[in-house]
Amino acid sequence: MTTERSERPVIAAFVVAILAALALTVTYTVGGQPQLEGIFLGLALGGIGVGAVVWAQRFMPDEEVAEERPVLASNEEQIAAFTTSFEKGGHSLGRRSLLVKLGLGAVASLALAAVFPIRSLGPRPGRGLKETPYRAGGLRLVTEHGAPIRPRDLRAGTLLTVFPAGAIRDAQAPTLLLRLDEEAQEAFRPRKGREGWTVDGIVAFSKLCTHTGCPVGLYQEELKLLLCPCHQSTFDVLQAAEPVFGPAARPLPQLPLGLDSVGFLIATGDFSDPVGGGFWDRGRGPDRTDGEPDDEAEEEA
Amino acid sequence: MNGVRPPKGTPLTRRTARWLDSRVGAAGFARKALDKVFPDHWSFLIGEIALWSFVIVLLTGTWLTFFFEPSVEEVVYQGSYAPLRGVHVTRAYASTLDISFDIRAGLVMRQMHHWAALVFVASSVVHLCRVFFTGAFRRPRELNWVVGVVMLILSIVNGFAGYSLVDDQLSGTGLRIAYNIAISIPLAGTWLASLFFGGAFPGPDIIGRLYVIHILIIPALLIGAVAVHLFLLVTARHTQFPGPGRTERNVVGERVWPTYLAKGMGMFFLTAAILAVLAGLAQINPIWLYGPYRPADVSAASQPDWYMGWLDGALRLMPSWEIRAFGFEIPNPFFPSVLLPGVTFTLLTLWPWLEARITGDRDEHHLLDRPRDRPLRTAFGVATLTFYTVLFFAGASDVLAITFNTSVNFLFNAFRVLLFTLTPITGWIAYRLCKELTLRDQPGTSDAAAPVAPPSPGTGEAHQREIAPDEEALAEGTDEPARR
Repeated sequence: MTTERSERPVIAAFVVAILAALALTVTYTVGGQPQLEGIFLGLALGGIGVGAVVWAQRFMPDEEVAEERPVLASNEEQIAAFTTSFEKGGHSLGRRSLLVKLGLGAVASLALAAVFPIRSLGPRPGRGLKETPYRAGGLRLVTEHGAPIRPRDLRAGTLLTVFPAGAIRDAQAPTLLLRLDEEAQEAFRPRKGREGWTVDGIVAFSKLCTHTGCPVGLYQEELKLLLCPCHQSTFDVLQAAEPVFGPAARPLPQLPLGLDSVGFLIATGDFSDPVGGGFWDRGRGPDRTDGEPDDEAEEEA
Repeated sequence: MNGVRPPKGTPLTRRTARWLDSRVGAAGFARKALDKVFPDHWSFLIGEIALWSFVIVLLTGTWLTFFFEPSVEEVVYQGSYAPLRGVHVTRAYASTLDISFDIRAGLVMRQMHHWAALVFVASSVVHLCRVFFTGAFRRPRELNWVVGVVMLILSIVNGFAGYSLVDDQLSGTGLRIAYNIAISIPLAGTWLASLFFGGAFPGPDIIGRLYVIHILIIPALLIGAVAVHLFLLVTARHTQFPGPGRTERNVVGERVWPTYLAKGMGMFFLTAAILAVLAGLAQINPIWLYGPYRPADVSAASQPDWYMGWLDGALRLMPSWEIRAFGFEIPNPFFPSVLLPGVTFTLLTLWPWLEARITGDRDEHHLLDRPRDRPLRTAFGVATLTFYTVLFFAGASDVLAITFNTSVNFLFNAFRVLLFTLTPITGWIAYRLCKELTLRDQPGTSDAAAPVAPPSPGTGEAHQREIAPDEEALAEGTDEPARR
């Protein structure tokens, strides 16, 4: 078997491909190894690819040929022939216009009826967006492990994510619990009507950003700023979680706090506003437990 | 003809071909297919890369369906990734861990699927730019432009659906944002979200439904769209750059058989090879590091896949405006994440007709423009790309703030300024550059009236030699893209 010099790259490429495919088989058989699998698969595929391209470039005809471009539009004759055929068949339909109309009506009615099962896909949206389990009132706040919390468990300046007892997995309910240090307690400006919502300098807000509902997971203690890692909305704790930066337009809803008979923190009612991102009729929710309705500002986009 | 039997000793392949042809009669069609002529230019390969990476996505994706379980049922992870052993996770997450750690060749397949998806969307976008800047969308190819835009939208949606299936911390966060974007749509939003998620977030049904969308509905639509895309391409023949012997009435290039076919197959294997090496060596979406999704948790520096970056950036840069009246409101995310993509893809779809209306040019075009030949279109395209590129980088503002040790606040304002200054500036630069390059194409002489279009990058080495020596000297100083 003699080979031309110019054939050698193609030969080499195909040989590499064969060897790599064998190596891939061996790698797999002895237990697999992701990096080696990737390399051998790449070599096997790449060998074939290089071989084919070099082969095409060196040994296949590369003459430039010109092909006539077809005229896309049909000629008048063809169009006339089509029109004749179509009208010949259509003529019989025209004489039964009532049947045609009824037939179309029947199909349209069926199409309309077929739309309705879409309703089965999910429940009516409603209270789920506007309420959380806290609405029941008097629920204890618990940690992710279900442990109730006494005010003295919280050190000043720390942040704790808590949940309503019995609904730890509820996606709407995650709550931020913050104990303000004394200086911050002085500076804290509660909203009108929510002066009594804190206990011992502990304040609670919804953890869900009012922009797109991401958990507001970052806290800059020295500035008392809560930051959402998704789109960088920033809320000032001292101004009752007013948004001070980023795309969020509304403050984090606040949760009214109280103590039960044995001294554990409870929520005396639901959040001040629906939690998470806004929606069309957010402002027309069930009556809130307390506090001001939150649509005082009518901002214009 | 029916009775013709091949004589004894005819090779098996021929006999098979005969057998088949006598039942479907394909020889005429097949001959035409073999003789079809395709023009050659490096930029025509980009669409091919998109096609081949789509094939890889389909192959690897099919394999993954044999192992992935689209269920939110809770299980205790018992696989071989020790840090998560004993943790309560959903079946979706656990089965993805199994694919990554316990199923042989699973990780390579999964990573190849993800890389191929990224490359598919990327090459689609670059292909779209090629078509835009060379005017290949003009009559008679407006329909194929629309098919292409639809495919782009479908592939972006399917990419998002794909990485949202896994139910890790990152994908859950992305779904939560998607849910909140859905409810931000006036009137219909809360209904749409509730129907789609099967209730309030996270909803019991979302993973299963996304799965059907991801592996059946959108792939079926995409395959159909690819078929239509290629059918329309073959019907009208490929466009070509102007050059000697090339007219609006012909197509000059290589025949499909054998050269073009061999190169095409070669391209498939080369694309697959690069994706395989990436799959083996470049880690992507390490969901075991993100952990299972917990609605109360979030990881800092959450970043979506690249093709979602511009939407993320738009969500960030949008000022905190909302419209509220009579207890009703249009929430903030509606503007950057419903209105902006809506306007973007509407204008993109309608572009062939918009341009025809502006230029008044409704003729058939099979010869391509060089970007410099149409300075206004090129300027508009460059400005538009700049706009979305700035949004893309704004989508990584927190990562950039950490990388460059600057504040997010500063970056937000900088990006807002850049968005509205860089867009017109780059457009203007592109316009001037086009004008400048055109001038250099025709030094001094006023043979602009000549019917032959200016020499193009597509005409190959030989034709370039025809340029006058003094002109070549001029061209050497420019920063023209490398010619093939």
